Amino acid sequence: MHPLIRQLLALGPVITDGAWGTQLQARGLAVGEFPDAWNLTHADRVAEVARAYVQAGSQVILTNTFGANRIRLGEAALAGSVAEINQRGVEISRAAAGDRARVFASIGPTGKLLLSGEVTEDEVRAAFAEQARALAEGGAEALVVETMSDLAEALLAVSGARETGLPVVACMVYDSGKNKDRTMMGTTPEQAAAALTAAGAEVIGANCGQGIAGFAALGQRLRAATDRPIWLKPNAGLPAVVEGRLQYRATPEEFASYVPELIKLGAGFVGGCCGTGPDFIAAIKRHWAPAR
Amino acid sequence: MPELKQLYDAVVRGDAKATQALTQEALAEGVDPLELVNQYMVPAMDEVGRRFECNEYFVPELLISARAMKAALELLRPLLTARGDQPQGRVAIGTVKGDLHDIGKNLVASLLEGGGFEVIDLGVNVAPEKFIATINEKQANIIAMSALLTTTMPAMKTTIDVLKQAGVRDKVKVLIGGAPITQKYADEIGADGYSESAVGAVALAKKAVTAA
Repeated sequence: MHPLIRQLLALGPVITDGAWGTQLQARGLAVGEFPDAWNLTHADRVAEVARAYVQAGSQVILTNTFGANRIRLGEAALAGSVAEINQRGVEISRAAAGDRARVFASIGPTGKLLLSGEVTEDEVRAAFAEQARALAEGGAEALVVETMSDLAEALLAVSGARETGLPVVACMVYDSGKNKDRTMMGTTPEQAAAALTAAGAEVIGANCGQGIAGFAALGQRLRAATDRPIWLKPNAGLPAVVEGRLQYRATPEEFASYVPELIKLGAGFVGGCCGTGPDFIAAIKRHWAPAR
Repeated sequence: MPELKQLYDAVVRGDAKATQALTQEALAEGVDPLELVNQYMVPAMDEVGRRFECNEYFVPELLISARAMKAALELLRPLLTARGDQPQGRVAIGTVKGDLHDIGKNLVASLLEGGGFEVIDLGVNVAPEKFIATINEKQANIIAMSALLTTTMPAMKTTIDVLKQAGVRDKVKVLIGGAPITQKYADEIGADGYSESAVGAVALAKKAVTAA
């Protein structure tokens, strides 16, 4: 196990953070606006989100760099700012975290399907390696490859990320199939865990998906399929329209009530995804207080 | 003819090369192109859809079957157009304004083409006015909208409102889909249909053109 991961888990499971996109929207991010660009234009508001999570009790916070790979930035006409957006994103989180939390940097999908031939494996791997380098230069302590649906893409991301020498968390979305236990491409937790572990990921996980209720079963299967620590970050369920506004289903209390079981089943890192916020993290802390 | 069952099989297993070769053979032997489409290829895509719904097939399998289907349609379409054959329907499809995600939209577009529809793919970040233009200029009778972000979902409602304002709402069926979309949301905004899968989208589109 990587020394940093061992050190973090030595005192028990770790609380990570919640959603960033919805938090930035609450602070004025417009519909269709690229969140990662705010690292350059609204750094103060990004910092507010980071600080809010640290204050709520996150022991690990991520970064506003989910889409900051060359391929996605290219579509927003920001390909020239790959290094800057990623480095600034890490710097903002590090300043907020101080010595109270660790900063693990977020690496999300390219948004292109390898199978469709829209991008080549070399292009994808190069984009991830470039992003990882910039994140490492910004001072990230680990890299989180997250919200992946395509195992082939996830493996390219892990490969690119590992060039930095930093520990890599590899996380997929399981939201398809009869039991909502496969990725969109049909990959099972067992297949993903085996491949990602063999590829050198230090931590294996699942994020987003269909809400927290299915995560006990998912966590159990991941736990059984790898010897690596398990990282779980469910979302607050699919949103419904309530009085004309979008509302996510789970309340902080409901969400947090599931967490002790996830930990019992062996989760090492627990947090939230879309629709969760600092109040969810605070609720997790109330339901299950870490040892430190 | 034995090779026509092989055509069905080739589409189901996603073999584009075999599909093309078998199509060419059949045409050379004088088989009616419409018969190839209706008796072999559309049923093949229906089978692919069935396997997807049963979770035997996932996105990769859908994609390669759709690709095989399209390879054959490239040969057949010119012949059908020359005869004046009409597609099942004309679908204007796009990802809504503010949203750049297109994997799902592309998948649905492929399957709709495979299902015999003419597809006008408007791409991503599509403003309501662009959808309207296809109704007037290209006689689209189905509007299919995709969104991946909860923050861009509202653009679906906006588009429907704009369709009403422009007086064309009842000229089309509006179908929506995407990861955060639900049937409830579709009902709330007045869409005609919602499906949680690309395969379901094709079934919806077929129902939409017969219901009219």
